[in-house]
Amino acid sequence: MAYPADRKYTKDHEWIRIDGDTGEIGITDYAQQQLGDVVYVELPDIGRSITAGESFGSIESVKAVSELFAPMAGEVVAVNDALRNHPEVVNSNPHGTWMIKVKLASPTDSGALLDASQYQSHLG
Amino acid sequence: MTETITSALKKTPLHARHCASNARMVPFGGWEMPVEYSGITAEHMAVRTRAGVFDVSHMGEIEIAGKDALAAVQRISSNDASRLQIGQSQYSALTTFEGTFVDDMLVYRMAPNHFMLVVNASNIEKDYAWIAAQIREAGDAAAVDSSSRYALIAVQGPAAIDVLQPLCTVDLSVIKYYWFTHGEVASARALISRTGYTGEDGFEIFVPPATADRLWQAILQAGRSAEVIPCGLGARDTLRLEAAMRLYGNDIDESTTPLEADLGWIVGWKKDSFIGHERLREQKEQGITRKLVGFELLDRGIARHGYQVVRGDRPIGVVTSGTQTPFLKKSIGMAYVPLDLSTPGSELTIDVRGRPSRATVVPLPFYKRKG
Repeated sequence: MAYPADRKYTKDHEWIRIDGDTGEIGITDYAQQQLGDVVYVELPDIGRSITAGESFGSIESVKAVSELFAPMAGEVVAVNDALRNHPEVVNSNPHGTWMIKVKLASPTDSGALLDASQYQSHLG
Repeated sequence: MTETITSALKKTPLHARHCASNARMVPFGGWEMPVEYSGITAEHMAVRTRAGVFDVSHMGEIEIAGKDALAAVQRISSNDASRLQIGQSQYSALTTFEGTFVDDMLVYRMAPNHFMLVVNASNIEKDYAWIAAQIREAGDAAAVDSSSRYALIAVQGPAAIDVLQPLCTVDLSVIKYYWFTHGEVASARALISRTGYTGEDGFEIFVPPATADRLWQAILQAGRSAEVIPCGLGARDTLRLEAAMRLYGNDIDESTTPLEADLGWIVGWKKDSFIGHERLREQKEQGITRKLVGFELLDRGIARHGYQVVRGDRPIGVVTSGTQTPFLKKSIGMAYVPLDLSTPGSELTIDVRGRPSRATVVPLPFYKRKG
């Protein structure tokens, strides 16, 4: 699968798509493949502040549970409630499924993250 | 994510086939094995509704033969092997002197003085060393680790018999549950056993390694119209847990006894003696203090192996297995709990990564096939 060029990636396999001062955060196709069938996504409450690299939730598959790490700092302004009843969309459409929206503390501060081709090489 | 170290891992005769079929391979008990092909949920559902095919060649086979083979098996095995007819098998414990599990196993009676024990992959060397040392006192019998002489393919699910029958020289319908026979499957000399680790009807087929790939392909070809699919260890684990079959290293080990694991039925109480029998009789008389039970998690999440059952902030038990079951669509698991919390309906609190989560004790198995 091609990794979209309209967003940045972490080495922990999250993506963030920045639009103005807001970032949508999800996990990559590689991450969902590694996890297998997702059965629960645990997300933070709206209003919570998160710092870059901090765990903001967890994702649980039949096989394993993994932490979700924030690519950038900010305040959670929306969570994807549809994932409560349909966590499997993370498997079927990982790049079209945001988990949280964050009002970014410094929207231009994404330099440390990987772009699509860097992430692709990171996967090897 | 986990890095896969492939160099030191053992490979089954079907390893190349799994890789060529894009199965996801993982290390398991010293072997590199397929954990999933098309996904745990899809594979689990295939076995419950149609049939699935598993490579379980990593399992070990230890054969015991000689004039006193029965006495040797009776010494090391908790169940009563004298009740086995030729062509019959039974579930049993390989016991320590403490009455705990060296391993769990299936005991096959091949001939009056010839038995085959099917043991867990990760325990083959340990079991063989234990058995070889312990049967010396039982008379004229020798143990051989013949694991490398067998590939083992399991075909599990309601459609298993119809898929396999056209490939077989013997009538599968006359083989009863926990019985076996010899015959040819897809022109391979095979031991065909009506057993499995999924809670469904099905067969486990022991064949020479060189014939494994041909048999694997023949079964999938024969099962194509019935949508029979290859399955990995991931689905094998969710299936066995729904059926409440114990997993060595998770639910049972050298610290737990068959009585605590609620497997009193695999102890041959009428036998004179076997390794660990004094301790088990003592435990039966005095009563156990903890018991393996099934639970359903009422809160969201999965209670996994090693999570604690708590009362207040005090640990009182431990989860041994847990999953979200694809078929029952519930979060289930097994745990050792104090006896006063072991009856169905008892309420448990499980520490799920710092979050106290409610669970209720339910009868085992979670899933039982009809008919």
